[in-house]
Amino acid sequence: MVNRVVITGIGVVTPVGNNLDEFWSNLTGGNSGVGPITRFDTTGYSTNIAAEVKNFNAADYIDRKEARRMDRFTQFAVTATGMAVENAGLDMAKINRARAGVILGSGVGGIETLEEQHKVLMERGPGRVSPLFIPMMIANIASGQVGINFGLRGCNVTTTSACASSANALGDAFKVIQRGQADIMISGGTEAPITPLAVAGFCSMKALSTRNDDPTGASRPFDIGRDGFVMAEGAVVLVLEEMEHALARGANILAEITGYGASCDAYHITAPDPEGGGAVLSMRWALEDAGLSPEKVDYINAHGTSTPLGDKLETMAIKEVFGEHARGLAVSSTKSMTGHLLGAAGGLETAVCALAIQKRLIPPTINLSEPDPECDLDYVPNTARQADVKVAITNSFGFGGHNATLVIERFAVERNI
Amino acid sequence: MADIFEKIKDIIVEQLGVEPEDVKPEASFVDDLGADSLDIVELVMALEETFDLQIPDEDAEKIHKVGEAVQYVIDHQ
Repeated sequence: MVNRVVITGIGVVTPVGNNLDEFWSNLTGGNSGVGPITRFDTTGYSTNIAAEVKNFNAADYIDRKEARRMDRFTQFAVTATGMAVENAGLDMAKINRARAGVILGSGVGGIETLEEQHKVLMERGPGRVSPLFIPMMIANIASGQVGINFGLRGCNVTTTSACASSANALGDAFKVIQRGQADIMISGGTEAPITPLAVAGFCSMKALSTRNDDPTGASRPFDIGRDGFVMAEGAVVLVLEEMEHALARGANILAEITGYGASCDAYHITAPDPEGGGAVLSMRWALEDAGLSPEKVDYINAHGTSTPLGDKLETMAIKEVFGEHARGLAVSSTKSMTGHLLGAAGGLETAVCALAIQKRLIPPTINLSEPDPECDLDYVPNTARQADVKVAITNSFGFGGHNATLVIERFAVERNI
Repeated sequence: MADIFEKIKDIIVEQLGVEPEDVKPEASFVDDLGADSLDIVELVMALEETFDLQIPDEDAEKIHKVGEAVQYVIDHQ
């Protein structure tokens, strides 16, 4: 008998909102968070649009001195955690903090700090590199800082698997509680990659949309006109909790996590497996872990990044796993609105699944004006749809061939799926 | 001297996130202003940068209070 794991809190710092209400109303209203890059001068860049977090002032949430010692990705994580803990109604004085841990995902860590300090090194020499450079830059510091700020002394690590990072984080955190090693896990992802070097690198890969004159139309998963993904930043953090622990304190349970699958394409550093084999495996294993047949799934929050190859192969993989039922379920890509939060995407999209289940409303895939003939599923085009979603899955795939899938269900004390 | 003190005060307020009125000559960086070892290194670097100095580690280790930092700058500028 394994422990059951429920979601009791969500915190969001995203391009479509820095609180849960705004986040959900923008996603279900079909509003894009993409715009011109304001973080740096994009002269000479083939792409000059991204989905930035707006109106974020770290000092509103974090002590001024503390904030100065954190890279933007850590500021996002600490802020989103504070919101998630508040949303969960967790009284930190009443929990056993040795039984509460943190697993966040981040693809790149503090790259803005790395770039700034490299400039210092080049211009002013090694003696001027900040003593805070290393602790601000390392990708695990967001998890560490959350542990410090909230006094959580359980398992604390960071997962790095590119764009699957936070799906892997949530999967691992789910398993920690399931096997009885924690009552509470803070989990999700954080990323702040809108920096000169990171954007230049993605531009050179030809991975990004160059639809610069139409920012809100640039991320168009499954549409024939899609031409790459749109970079985004932010953090989404969830409070995962052992079911009995949550019930005992009368927590508001948003949804249950019941399955996790992870696999590798074992094919190429950046290109997805042309057979979609790795994605098939992660979806199958997640369903098997949840003890569900594919027909039980109502909604898939797709990885759907808006790249020509990725969306087609994910569609193929969904058909392989779900057979006939692939046409009986709803698929949507909220990246059409949020852009691609890279290592934070899985956290965001797990939150979307939980909210879709709770609110019985599926956010759309926007900008889907002319579907690619090879992408022929029901992608909930352009308008949110009311639906009695009981079971949702979310896919995340990352460079390196990492695939992760999570199964999220409507919570009932007597599981009746 | 007042000018040097003001400049140092600005650095401390910025880096340690303390209130200007707490930055007094007798204030200890660690005990009164909440600095840790990383802050001290950063402060010394900022002093070197601002006043165009080289502060050897053995000198830096002797600077514990705001007034000592001000005096060091006066003596070595």
